[in-house]
Amino acid sequence: MTELTELTIGEVSGKLASKSISSVELTKAYLDRIAKIDSKVCAYLTVCSESALSQAKAVDSKRSKGETLSPLAGIPIAPKDIYLTRGIETTCASKILKGFIPPYDGTVIQKLKNEDVVILGKVNLDEFAMGSSTEYSAYKVTHNPWDLKRVPGGSSGGSAAAVAADLCAASLGTDTGGSIRQPASLCGNVGLKPTYGRVSRYGVIAFASSLDQMGPITKDVTDCALLMNAIAGYDSRDSTSINLPVPDYTQFLNQSIKGLRVGIPEEFFVEGMNAEVKTSVENAIKELQKQGALVDKVSLPHTGYAIAAYYIIAPAEASSNLARYDGVRFGLRAKSNSLSELYEKSRTEGFGPEVKRRILLGTYVLSAGYYDAYYIKAQKTRTVIRSDYEKAFQKFDVLVTPTSPTTAFAIGEKTNDPLQMYLADACTIPVNLAGLPAMSLPCGFDSKGLPIGFQLIGKSFDEGTLIKVAHAYEQTHTFPQQKPKL
Amino acid sequence: MVLKADDIEKAALLSRLALSDEEKKSIQEKLEQILGYMEKLEELDLKNVEATSHAVSLSNVFRPDHAYTSKEIEDILEQAPDKASGMFRVPKVIG
Repeated sequence: MTELTELTIGEVSGKLASKSISSVELTKAYLDRIAKIDSKVCAYLTVCSESALSQAKAVDSKRSKGETLSPLAGIPIAPKDIYLTRGIETTCASKILKGFIPPYDGTVIQKLKNEDVVILGKVNLDEFAMGSSTEYSAYKVTHNPWDLKRVPGGSSGGSAAAVAADLCAASLGTDTGGSIRQPASLCGNVGLKPTYGRVSRYGVIAFASSLDQMGPITKDVTDCALLMNAIAGYDSRDSTSINLPVPDYTQFLNQSIKGLRVGIPEEFFVEGMNAEVKTSVENAIKELQKQGALVDKVSLPHTGYAIAAYYIIAPAEASSNLARYDGVRFGLRAKSNSLSELYEKSRTEGFGPEVKRRILLGTYVLSAGYYDAYYIKAQKTRTVIRSDYEKAFQKFDVLVTPTSPTTAFAIGEKTNDPLQMYLADACTIPVNLAGLPAMSLPCGFDSKGLPIGFQLIGKSFDEGTLIKVAHAYEQTHTFPQQKPKL
Repeated sequence: MVLKADDIEKAALLSRLALSDEEKKSIQEKLEQILGYMEKLEELDLKNVEATSHAVSLSNVFRPDHAYTSKEIEDILEQAPDKASGMFRVPKVIG
């Protein structure tokens, strides 16, 4: 028999609506599974058993009164611990925010609460979302449910691992350079990074503000559409949020992709790419072709410069964003006799090594004498990368690439070599620089049984087409039904 | 790419981070490696290219000047490491 926790939101939502199960039962099933399995996966930083059950009870009581509820009502979800949640500790996996209880909910959390979603707890990430493996969390290393000796990817590794291990119905991640898509790929989930400006950044801890975007990590494409319906849209409290109408994303499910123009950027099929990943992505492309998509090659000539530009821009913005952690208003304060000592000691004790590295790198590239050589050059590179995509999208509706050049790597393999860790994001970073929407979805397993994902990149604000293509592809295989053995 | 010890010390001071000698050495090594990789950008001719600071072009995002209730001072101060009389308390600044 299928366990309740294995069901997608699309599947369980009907059972809740018809009252064949209650939200309390569903929430209890997840809490039981967390108690049983999470000691192996280590996805959760905080589990909110009591408040989750009381939220579930409240939804059940609304339902019993005959109120019309959202398809997300009573569904247990676990956001990445970077989303501010009123009354629930939010650490960003950093020691500097240990014990921090936000006085308010961010916009995405507020929107989910308006839909009566149950918040199960908060899941792990690389400290301040800086990393590609979740090993840089100050609290714990999360394990890939498909092979516990391997990383789940990052920085939203807790989200991806929790969804893959059925420790929540869905999660919300954040993506600055691939932090939703790469872990989704390594754990076999569907992960969507919406267009920059589509989902509000208000009340989500900032890493690199011109790149950060919030999005869902789910068991399948339908769930992705359901969550996008809840979280997308303009928010006056985020000055970079864009005021455009939001479609009903479920209308893109069950559509034909006949005649859709699919571009294959050759620069993404790089040397050093795992052969099994390559074959698997090529097979996915063939499947799209079989369904009537028109496939052709395209060139994005500046792709190879994206990582260099990104690792100037993102640390520069981070060094400025993280200046707020000074021990004065919230978070860790070190014992000290003067104000300058207070700043320095609190930051030195509170931040981990990778965060310090990025703050120093960002400060260096922004400092007098280096600003033009690094920062301005990186921003100009960003312009040429964007224009590559603008040209490509004159001819194509969607681009297809691998999400990650390899499947999940071993825990400890890259922690001492930051540059190798940065190169793991080669396929996802260019998309953030261009601000475009992109999705990772499963397209197979390698010979070790590890999930492989491929990436769909869309035009600005055209998440709908990504959902359409992804759903059409998803109908042809059974990857979402395959589960890791835990 | 070679960094001077000075460069690291200056960045550490600006960042308000204290580094041990060992940390300085390891950070210098890693930053040299990372900045060395960035020299790749030298290959590009960017003379006539405008810088992009943002993925979407936006300017002057205004909103109506309406008064609204902000967050409660008590809620905000709840998280303060040290507070007094409705304010954050820090060590003496002026001697």
